Amino acid sequence: MNFWDYLSSRHEQLLADAFQHASAVFQCMVIATLLGVLIGVVTYRSEWAGNLATLTTSTILTVPSLALIGLLIPIVGLGVPPTVIALTLYGLLPIVRNAIVGLRGVDPSLVDAAKGIGMSRTARLFKVELPLAWPPILTGIRVSTQMLMGIAAIAAYASGPGLGNEIFRGIGSLGSKNALNQVLAGTLGIVVLALLFDAAYVLVGRLTISRGIRV
Amino acid sequence: MSETTTTAAPSEKQTTGATIELENLTKRYPGSSDPAVDSVNMEIKAGELVIFVGPSGCGKSTTLKMINRLIEPTGGRIRIGGEDVTDMDPVKLRRKVGYAIQSSGLFPHMTVAQNIALVPKMIGWSKPKIKDRVEEMLDLVGLDPGEFHGRYPRQLSGGQQQRVGVARALAADPPVLLMDEPFGAVDPITRDHLQDELIRLQHELHKTIVFVTHDFDEAIKLGDRIAVLRERSHIAQFDTPEAILTNPADDFVSGFVGAGAALKRLNLTRVRDVEIRDYPTVTVDDPLQEIFNKLRDGTTNELLLLDKRGRPYKWLRRGDLMRARGSLARAGALVHDTVTRDATLRDALEAVLTESAGRVAVTGRRGEYTGVVDMETLMNSVHELLEQDRLDAIEHQHDLQDQRAEQTHRAQEGEGAGFTEDAS
Repeated sequence: MNFWDYLSSRHEQLLADAFQHASAVFQCMVIATLLGVLIGVVTYRSEWAGNLATLTTSTILTVPSLALIGLLIPIVGLGVPPTVIALTLYGLLPIVRNAIVGLRGVDPSLVDAAKGIGMSRTARLFKVELPLAWPPILTGIRVSTQMLMGIAAIAAYASGPGLGNEIFRGIGSLGSKNALNQVLAGTLGIVVLALLFDAAYVLVGRLTISRGIRV
Repeated sequence: MSETTTTAAPSEKQTTGATIELENLTKRYPGSSDPAVDSVNMEIKAGELVIFVGPSGCGKSTTLKMINRLIEPTGGRIRIGGEDVTDMDPVKLRRKVGYAIQSSGLFPHMTVAQNIALVPKMIGWSKPKIKDRVEEMLDLVGLDPGEFHGRYPRQLSGGQQQRVGVARALAADPPVLLMDEPFGAVDPITRDHLQDELIRLQHELHKTIVFVTHDFDEAIKLGDRIAVLRERSHIAQFDTPEAILTNPADDFVSGFVGAGAALKRLNLTRVRDVEIRDYPTVTVDDPLQEIFNKLRDGTTNELLLLDKRGRPYKWLRRGDLMRARGSLARAGALVHDTVTRDATLRDALEAVLTESAGRVAVTGRRGEYTGVVDMETLMNSVHELLEQDRLDAIEHQHDLQDQRAEQTHRAQEGEGAGFTEDAS
């Protein structure tokens, strides 16, 4: 059976896996974005808190994903929970770092001006600082998403959802006639999803970054 | 457009400036023994444009920022319009005090209109009122609302950005406007324009403006009164530009005024304040013979030739016509420079020096000839001005001495009265 025949015979299963893969990544990205921006907002004003946040998140990233999921299984069990936790943790770093860099990069004279015309601290954050820091944050989100696409495949190890199942099944049955097809279909599926997400981010950027600061 | 606004916001139109009183205002940063600003006392009248000028690091900016409490004072009181604002919610205070800074401080992700609308929006104006106000403000600072309304700051020149910055600061019609070296980052020509604009604006609005600069010439040009500050914001002198130029309080002030106080004094007087002389003129339509006769009989050896619309055209000397063989087109020297009645004496001097004739033609609103100013007039007026300033200064000192004498006198009398009461 060649690759195309394999695809056409299994397309329903593949589409379902792809959808689950995308949905897992998307949901984890939403959580990671909210958490990451929140951590950035809380820590960027202080030198050491900001550095601590960046250091912690980058430490998490150095833990191999397979090991992290393996460590999570005894605590939260199999399936969706370890996947979500692992993906969210991994997704944090680029967002936290870019949020801190972006917020710290806002021209201090603009913050001064915002204060000077009587904006409250919240107004300053939501109307001036976050909109100006948004382009780097969005870049962080994009990088995170690309990364999570790959890491999500590992989730299949903990019986998580997604295209990783396809790959693991292929690896498990190496030597059988469909093994290569399975690995290839899973991998290509992830690549295609990643490209689609990236295109979506370009669109989101167009819609959410003010024309006045777009490069 | 501006008419609709006038009806929409009649109360705002009438508000003018408020007084600002600083009482023992002090800023001490933790960890440093000397205060950054040491006990500043100052009274600024309503509708007055006061300049803080001083070397960098003298605390002038810090003092300004304490007025809207961007920097919290560590001691002393601030009163605006008689109301003590030292302990008021700073966010509320700042909405009543306009603030314009160097490099405009416009938010790059908002359009010009959104930037200007910020403060009115925060204090809860209705949408149509805000919209009218934005148009009105753009009009006020000399930008076409239709064209600039939807632009982003980066699509504007430095001077335009600064104008929008001023429009934003004035949008909610605050009685007080604080300006922190607002024209420091623009080129000299634009800066000159912006200064003229500010003078015009202030003529219309009568806000109380506190303006920080390190440029003494800017201070002289703009200020009703100038506070020359030295280190720790000590007031070296707080007086009118004329008084500071002619009678600097001490070496620090005269050092800051710099050389050429007499020349700078010329900036403070306008051509309309000095004698504008009549001068024999002819027009290009006059017959040649008449021009010849006038040149020959005239008391001066030069005539001013006016063009068809009565504007100065050429200086004609005796013999010029002969040399040009009777052709007006070739005879005489073209008029390079003219001044209006609103020009400063400095401009006039500049023009006199460059004109070959040693005098400059003064023109009216449409460029028509109204008279001339020459070197002699300028010199006489400057002498008179300086003399007058000196007399004023002496009188001022006398007044001060009298006051002091009276105070001591009263104090002694008061003591005396106390004694008698005690005795009875």
